[in-house]
Amino acid sequence: MVNSGDTAWILISAALVMLMTPGLALFYGGMVRRKNVLSTIMMSFVLLGLIGILWLLYGYSLGFGPNLGGIIGKLDWIGLRGVGQEPSSTYATTVPQLAFMIFQAMFAVITVALWTGGVVERTKFSAFLVLAILWFTVVYCPVAHWVWGSGGWLAKLGCLDFAGGIVVHISAGMSALALALLLRPRKGFKEKEPMEPHNIPMVIMGTGLLWFGWFGFNAGSALTSGGLASSAFVATNASAAAAALTWMVLGWIYRRPSVLGVATGAVAGLAAVTPGAGFIPPLAGIPIGIVAALICYYCMVLRAKGGIDESLDVWAVHGMGGIWGTLAVGIFASVAVNSAGANGLIHGNAMLLAKQLAGVAAVAAFAFVATWILGKLVDITIGLRVKEEEEEVGLDISQHGERAYGGTLL
Amino acid sequence: MKKIEAIIRPEKLEPVRVALAEIGVFGMTVSDVCGRGRQKGIALQWRVGEYRVELLPKVKIEAVVLDEDVGKTLNAIVRKAKTGERGDGKIFVLPVDNAIRIRTGDEGENAI
Repeated sequence: MVNSGDTAWILISAALVMLMTPGLALFYGGMVRRKNVLSTIMMSFVLLGLIGILWLLYGYSLGFGPNLGGIIGKLDWIGLRGVGQEPSSTYATTVPQLAFMIFQAMFAVITVALWTGGVVERTKFSAFLVLAILWFTVVYCPVAHWVWGSGGWLAKLGCLDFAGGIVVHISAGMSALALALLLRPRKGFKEKEPMEPHNIPMVIMGTGLLWFGWFGFNAGSALTSGGLASSAFVATNASAAAAALTWMVLGWIYRRPSVLGVATGAVAGLAAVTPGAGFIPPLAGIPIGIVAALICYYCMVLRAKGGIDESLDVWAVHGMGGIWGTLAVGIFASVAVNSAGANGLIHGNAMLLAKQLAGVAAVAAFAFVATWILGKLVDITIGLRVKEEEEEVGLDISQHGERAYGGTLL
Repeated sequence: MKKIEAIIRPEKLEPVRVALAEIGVFGMTVSDVCGRGRQKGIALQWRVGEYRVELLPKVKIEAVVLDEDVGKTLNAIVRKAKTGERGDGKIFVLPVDNAIRIRTGDEGENAI
């Protein structure tokens, strides 16, 4: 039966998650050079259109439709056939299925947008669109089914992912790494040309929108509007806060407390608490956030030392933050918080950690390999990268015929 | 007539402008520029670690003055723009063939 409180919360949460994609566009856009800010923003923003349509046409059915061997949803719900104002019998049984469906749509949009951070400032827009469609179909929808679909093999195994640590952050992070390796570094990266973030206040605006939207992402994933949503809300904020402060301290130890660092820390904390938000006690968000900042910070140092131009560190922040957070569910989870969950290590159950590890390994490997193959396919057929001259001039002009700021400097 | 091109620290623009006004040099063109001389760049922070920026922001003042005013103009700029540290900037003095005030058509020294 439809519960009006739950329905209101899910619809608001869907809108909150929608806002995260433009937020991410600003977060990424501020970190690139001014000649590529529109191109960077576009690669996120256009997905509200592209994935927004594909999800209705077939994505929702692939992700959540009737189970086919634990691997994928059948196409019974293609074009939203049978998805209406009545609740589903399996998912979010107190809200109209349309509300659950559109809430999930926003997750699909932002997950594709997330990995664009690895390929900015050099990817051909036409090739990107094709890759986005392929990736959504071949990587996102199956992984969503494995973890969240009724009968999905990781769900059946007992692997827990409350709001998308595996489905969203690990899959996006590993995919960004695969594509960055395939694309090779931006021109000038090896020569250590400064790739200066051109607008840090824009990054902060984006971070604010992400943090705000994340309450819909995580607390909305309770799929009800009661105590569990509140618990996930508090855990989310605790982890973001703890990770932001930890990153600030790390920056301060080595140099100075940078604003970009605090923003990055907040996002790392948010990504890490995502899989556990509704399984862990709210205060466990603090250790999860602190450790997330430490792991992501040093992974970023490692990535830079390795000479890999995974440009905006989607792997270090979302991939590794997601991996840590998913494993942390195996440590901190408690059935006292969520009876649909399980107990973790500190509540005497080591098995959950093993299941979490299985989920991490399976999706990390699948996302990396599948994305590499898809990227290679697009590279051979269309060509992933813009011409050298186009890269020099900047993608705003070469791909979109626009410039972000009037004036003379590129 | 000489053209004075002074490249100075951005924060010294206002003191220099005031000092020039005091000696009767009002007309000037000011632009944001970046560049370097012997001063090295600065290190800025990325999310982790840092990157170097070799070209630093400066302000360029261009003013055309009468030959007899060159000395006191240079003096005023140096006095107000100097910190003694590297990066104080440079001043160039260039000959000017002619000047025209567009509104009236006045030429030469009458135009400045």
